[in-house]
Amino acid sequence: MEKKELTCIGCPMGCQINVIISNNNTLEIDGYTCEKGEIYARKEVTNPTRIVTSSVYVNGGDKITLSVKTANDIPKSKIIDVIKELKNIKVNAPIKVGTVILNNVANTGVNVVATREIKKCS
Amino acid sequence: MKNVDIVIIGGGPAGLSAAIGAYDKGARDILILERDKELGGILNQCIHNGFGLHTFKEELTGPEYAKKYIDLIDERKIQYKLHTTVLDISKEKIITTINKESGLQQYKAKAIILAMGCRERPRGALNIAGYRPAGIYSAGTAQKLVNIEGLMPGKEVVILGSGDIGLIMARRMTLEGAKVKVVAEIMPYSGGLKRNIVQCLDDFNIPLKLSHTVVEIKGKDRVESVVIAEVDDKMKPIKGTEEEYTCDTLLLSVGLIPENELSKEMGVELSKVTSGPIVNESLETSEKGVFACGNVLHVHDLVDFVSEEAKVAGEKAYDYITNTSEEEKNYINIIAKDGVRYTIPQKIDAKKMSDIQVVRFRVDNIYKNKKITIYYDDKKVFENNKKILAPGEMEQVFLKKKDLINQDIKNIVIKIEEK
Repeated sequence: MEKKELTCIGCPMGCQINVIISNNNTLEIDGYTCEKGEIYARKEVTNPTRIVTSSVYVNGGDKITLSVKTANDIPKSKIIDVIKELKNIKVNAPIKVGTVILNNVANTGVNVVATREIKKCS
Repeated sequence: MKNVDIVIIGGGPAGLSAAIGAYDKGARDILILERDKELGGILNQCIHNGFGLHTFKEELTGPEYAKKYIDLIDERKIQYKLHTTVLDISKEKIITTINKESGLQQYKAKAIILAMGCRERPRGALNIAGYRPAGIYSAGTAQKLVNIEGLMPGKEVVILGSGDIGLIMARRMTLEGAKVKVVAEIMPYSGGLKRNIVQCLDDFNIPLKLSHTVVEIKGKDRVESVVIAEVDDKMKPIKGTEEEYTCDTLLLSVGLIPENELSKEMGVELSKVTSGPIVNESLETSEKGVFACGNVLHVHDLVDFVSEEAKVAGEKAYDYITNTSEEEKNYINIIAKDGVRYTIPQKIDAKKMSDIQVVRFRVDNIYKNKKITIYYDDKKVFENNKKILAPGEMEQVFLKKKDLINQDIKNIVIKIEEK
């Protein structure tokens, strides 16, 4: 049996959640105040995930950098791999919010998308 | 001089939402003045996610959240001027601005909404001994360098203060290849949101040292190391606890201060606790027809609440310009007591308040298993049990107009009590 104390990151409430992992791997979860908290706790002790945000350089745009994010959450263990793949990327203006910058980043099955608009600039 | 119904100072989240609030209530002659090259304010450099959970029921990044509001502004064809700095606001509501192309220009407003946001507390306010080497940045400046300019301020980093921007930058700098060695916080608790401690520090094994501060910065031309020491309960460094961290960069995340230079000069009465204007139920300052919202009023942790608050300021500004009858105001004071540091608003006129009035406040310490109580004069009217209350997380309670109108109530007291 293992006990874990978590702080939910689902929203700024930051609920304290206690998880007891029994020997046959069933989970006993309490302390959450909404459905999100239970899902988070379950994920956090089995397969923790995060949304990754970063920025990439832009060619010929009205801004130097473009902010990007993974369209969905990815396994926590892959954060550094995602960032490494983004290091090699330079995008061309123009770009709209939601444009896919990178497909299947770090083999996660998740795309990286733009979170800002970049206009063309000569 | 141009006449404008409602002039909004600042095109960040507060200014944008105030403009939309005023427009949707009926105002058409609105002008937003923004000194930067684009609308959206500080949201544009906050590329991390976590915005909009309340407003849009989805998790957005800062630029995405800003874009949603900018689109709403454009849909309504609300006027705005970029690259425009406000130099002065007079008591007669004449706003003097400067802009590279149109030079000096003045506007005469019927109502003004202050939405200038806040500034980071600088190094000078901290009294840290030592030289003035390069490599010391406020966390927000570093955020702008990394996220907007695409530049890295340094390779080995120590962060003083555990405000949200500092925590966010600990993660951001780590992902960009820097080594963040430690975050030191002088208080026995973090000033940031818990979720940021989990996602930004714990995820990357960055130590957070509570009750610790920087006592020395070494290096003459560039930061070479900083010395951190534990502090006692009077926040004085304890001899013998010093630890030296070699680093080239020190980030400061030691608090935000509402930027009220313009308000002060026009004579708006400011609160010593919030450093923002003292406002009534309509978010109107001591100057009639001058409203305040967002971080210029009090520092928020969540942009969603800024938007919500600013929308009300916009609506009330429209009410003000359309309601010409001069009524005498009858204020009930809202008093922050026993653990409550301040409230916004600080006073309400029951006749003018909305059916449900939100009162936002912060506590002065960490409280576990306490309750928030509200008294109308000596009568307790509300209590709400709280597992945890923290200075870093804003709280809110709601007052009902029907309970307050035509009652002879002088004071509303909000406090923290034992369960």
